[in-house]
Amino acid sequence: MTTSDSAAEVGRERRQLKLPAFRLAPYAVSWLQVSPLALVLVVLFALPTILFLVVSFFDYDRTGIYPAFIFDNYRDLLTTPATIRVYLSSLRFAVIVWAITLVLGFFIAHFLIFHVRTGMMRTVLFLLCAIPFLTSGIIRTIAWVPFLGRNGAFNQILVKLNVISHPLDFLLFSDFAVIVTYVHLFTLLMVGPIANAMAKIDPALLEAARDAGASRWRTMVDVIIPLSKTGIALGSLLVFTQVMGDYFVVKTMSGGQSASIVSALSTEIQAMQFPPASANAMVLIVFVAILVGCIMRVVDVRKELVS
Amino acid sequence: MATALGGHAPGSDKARPWTFYALATLFGVYLLFLYGPMIVIYILSFQGENGGVTFPMVGTSLVWFKNVFRPDQMANIPASFERSLALASVVSVLTVVISVAAGLGFRRRFPGAAALFYLAVASLVMPSLLVGFGIGLGFQVLGIQAGLFTSALGAQLTWTLPFGLFAMFAVVNRFNRAYEEAANDLGASAAQRLVYVTLPILLPGILGVAMGAFTLSYDEYARTTLAVGSENTLPLEIYALISSQTSPVLFAVGTLTTGLSFAIIGVTLLGIRHIQRRRAAGTLGPYITS
Repeated sequence: MTTSDSAAEVGRERRQLKLPAFRLAPYAVSWLQVSPLALVLVVLFALPTILFLVVSFFDYDRTGIYPAFIFDNYRDLLTTPATIRVYLSSLRFAVIVWAITLVLGFFIAHFLIFHVRTGMMRTVLFLLCAIPFLTSGIIRTIAWVPFLGRNGAFNQILVKLNVISHPLDFLLFSDFAVIVTYVHLFTLLMVGPIANAMAKIDPALLEAARDAGASRWRTMVDVIIPLSKTGIALGSLLVFTQVMGDYFVVKTMSGGQSASIVSALSTEIQAMQFPPASANAMVLIVFVAILVGCIMRVVDVRKELVS
Repeated sequence: MATALGGHAPGSDKARPWTFYALATLFGVYLLFLYGPMIVIYILSFQGENGGVTFPMVGTSLVWFKNVFRPDQMANIPASFERSLALASVVSVLTVVISVAAGLGFRRRFPGAAALFYLAVASLVMPSLLVGFGIGLGFQVLGIQAGLFTSALGAQLTWTLPFGLFAMFAVVNRFNRAYEEAANDLGASAAQRLVYVTLPILLPGILGVAMGAFTLSYDEYARTTLAVGSENTLPLEIYALISSQTSPVLFAVGTLTTGLSFAIIGVTLLGIRHIQRRRAAGTLGPYITS
């Protein structure tokens, strides 16, 4: 026992003495630290994406999938009017929801960071925003059904308050319901990054702007917005891509009136038509990549985040 | 992560500007909007035995809560709940370990940093269903059986890791490297520096990452659905319930989930406060005094 203990101690001493000899170059240390992340992303994200690319050129029929290099899947997809219609419909939802969540998210973050005076209060209010986010998105989506329906809570309140005489019908199973649900689900994705960016703004800058005679409006436009642009860009990225990739909300809340890009894809997957599904996926990936590229062109998110 | 948010507290002696009242009103309306439908489902989860998923209430009962815990042929909520908890715990631990390491790694410049960063962004913005589809397809091609702790775990990591990484950027940015330099000057080894200095200072942020990853995993549907194999997680089970029949059982699940969320947040906040107290009392050792 004692001998092994002392042996271990000697070993430890030796290791400590030898340590400088093993010193790695700084970039190699970084490589070791990021290697698990790189491994996971390459194996579970990059490789499957390459798999799509390969399979999207394959041939298929009712019984199987055959390795090939044909463009039929893409041609079929891109020449169908339904494809264009679905992309336009999803893009329209994405733009409307983005605009609403951006304005709402910006002002909520502004309130939390610049107007709330104590840290404790800020934490409590932020948690109040975050708690519904912890309930399953599926449940939060269907929660709107008894709220917006013809005999729903909202209509009953309005009728009781004599705002309207008959229940409104357009509230549920409509584009309106889809947009309301998206805003409900995704505003927090905008609030978080923007609040984070605003929290980093040096209060001295705001004071300087005020001392230089800037109005509240000018301070917001010329100081706060430019300094929050990383958060705005990140939030926009999240909201845009969440809406483009959604199929549950559109399916549930539009009452079958609107289609989404991914719902068509999911039908193909269920029918085991993997080559056209892969082609569909590749087109969606390229589309999302272009959108993300545009946002990243406006704001260099990397430079701002990894400083 | 809320506790990690700094803020600007103007002197409390000054009068509130009109913009405060305008924005406070907006915030209040937003909270109403946020909680309105939630409150409706909390109420409807106490729907009477003969009631449906909409108003009016037909008496009140706890029968829907009982049904949540009673497995039937439609759905086995307790079993899927256990699976979700187990999966979310594993995802949470892996996300913390991997993204904290990567967050520390990104503090230096290294070849390939830009490529890895954009890979993480791409993984974050990739339409969710496609990730699960790709992983499911890959497992099929390789002839491996999809499973909860293999393909589904992987699919969720492609979502939680970029989130964890970005959160760590924010945490690491606020970290003052002078503490590490001081540890070096005092003769600490790299391991000692990490364990006694860097990690304790970053701990509140790390807890935030753990909580965030747990939530994202627990609630994840679209990435998991095509990669999960035969055993459903809770969101998948809920989805199956919705497609087959709608009953207030779903609302009871929502009410229970909210209760559980409050409990988790409460425990995390207590944990963070405990750490801050210990820090204030200086019991973490002479290393941290601020």
